[in-house]
Amino acid sequence: MEAYERLMTARDAKRPNIDFYINELFDDFIELHGDRLYKDDKAIVAGIGIFHDIPVTVIGHRKGKDTQENIECNFGMASPEGYRKAVRLMKQAEKFNRPVITFVDTPGAYPGVEAESNGQSNAIAESIACMSNLKVPVISIITGEGSSGGAIALAVADKVWMLENAVYSILSPEGFASIMWKDASRAKEACDIMKITAQELYDFGIIDGVIRENKKFIVTLDGMLYEEIKNLKKKKLEVLVKERYMKFRKMDGLYNE
Amino acid sequence: MLISDVFERKKRHLRNLEKARKKVNEKKNNHLTAYERIAALCDEGRFRETDKELTSKNPINFPDYDEKREELTKKCHMNDAIVTGIGRIDHKKVAIGVFDTRFFMGSMGTVVGERIVRLVERAKKDELPLIIFSASGGARMQEGLFSLMQMAKTAAAVRHFQEKGGLFISCLTNPTTGGVSASFASLGDIIIAEPKALICFAGPRVIRQTIGQELPEGFQRAEFLLEHGMIDAIVDKSDMRDVIIKILRMHEA
Repeated sequence: MEAYERLMTARDAKRPNIDFYINELFDDFIELHGDRLYKDDKAIVAGIGIFHDIPVTVIGHRKGKDTQENIECNFGMASPEGYRKAVRLMKQAEKFNRPVITFVDTPGAYPGVEAESNGQSNAIAESIACMSNLKVPVISIITGEGSSGGAIALAVADKVWMLENAVYSILSPEGFASIMWKDASRAKEACDIMKITAQELYDFGIIDGVIRENKKFIVTLDGMLYEEIKNLKKKKLEVLVKERYMKFRKMDGLYNE
Repeated sequence: MLISDVFERKKRHLRNLEKARKKVNEKKNNHLTAYERIAALCDEGRFRETDKELTSKNPINFPDYDEKREELTKKCHMNDAIVTGIGRIDHKKVAIGVFDTRFFMGSMGTVVGERIVRLVERAKKDELPLIIFSASGGARMQEGLFSLMQMAKTAAAVRHFQEKGGLFISCLTNPTTGGVSASFASLGDIIIAEPKALICFAGPRVIRQTIGQELPEGFQRAEFLLEHGMIDAIVDKSDMRDVIIKILRMHEA
């Protein structure tokens, strides 16, 4: 499949979304709302649940499944309040020693007047910094569209996996084409140049695993998560944080050949 | 050294500083190059550049990227968008990084990210204050997802440095946007901006397209950010060195 087809697949409204993953993977999920500062951003869903026997914190983007939900969730484009809610609940997870699992599916952080006024840059920066220093295991799964700062804000993890047809990019291909060639309609061309597919990013060493999208993929994901959390939980917290730091530290593209 | 030599040196230093500052004032509304900024900031002759040899390996094989970089390297006498090094400001040793917008709009790719992280790690090891002057269009498109990863890398380095007690003064100059403003640049213990500097996550053009209306006057300028509680202070280019000296003095161990 070509990159552009994968982009279209990744954006398909019928694709499994955060609610699907929560239902399939976690028991007794309780959604926790609000950033304790300003409001509750529906573009990010967060809460606690049981994974096998382990209490975990789950955070992810929600795009919404129909037009009304799309609008409520701002199509998965989070505002500062969303990232601040994520930070609040990641710190809570750290306090109670719960692993954090994030599900990334966003066209990007919201580019709006209110979002800018309330410190979109600051909120994303704080979320990245918080994840980089979190003293519990963190696993991120790019399930659909992982675009720009809005995606990395929830994807600084010990393990980052992508679904086979998910895409992960510095900017939406439309945005990229618009910046590079002042022509958003050249998105297909941008897709080929940008290297956004799971396999390409795995080959670069930027992501740690690709999940094949077959009928049993959720069982596979469940197994992978269980194994990995068990592994990560064995590590000393200082080692865990140090290794996470080094993992991103090495993504310099300078010595990779 | 003779006393007269000391005086002579001091006088020469002040003269040169005066020259650098005059240039700063003349260029009030224009960009300073990284080296002009460093000259205006550091004690005379007290800056040693580090990691100059790092160059991009064009990680996603972006068409014409190598040629463009080569062209800019010749034109601007620098091989990427940031100059980093160890300098002295009023005799105080500091780790300094300064962006230069002439090179790919000051965008952050693998070299900028790596230079920043090495600078921060050096500051951490030697317990130096860290000062970064940002001026950037954001993440470098030509290096694809590698550029996005530099956000994680630089923000993590700064946070780990701060956890160890390090002081980070983040200076935002025109423009500081996208992947730079949404990573290390927003994490300063003290964040200073220059008057009227554009500081934002999404640029005005993108927002205008999204909401389909004109933006309020002064939106996303330094004064707007100050009003909304996002930065600590606005400082003129010509006062920047003095303010930084004061801050450094208050953080001496």
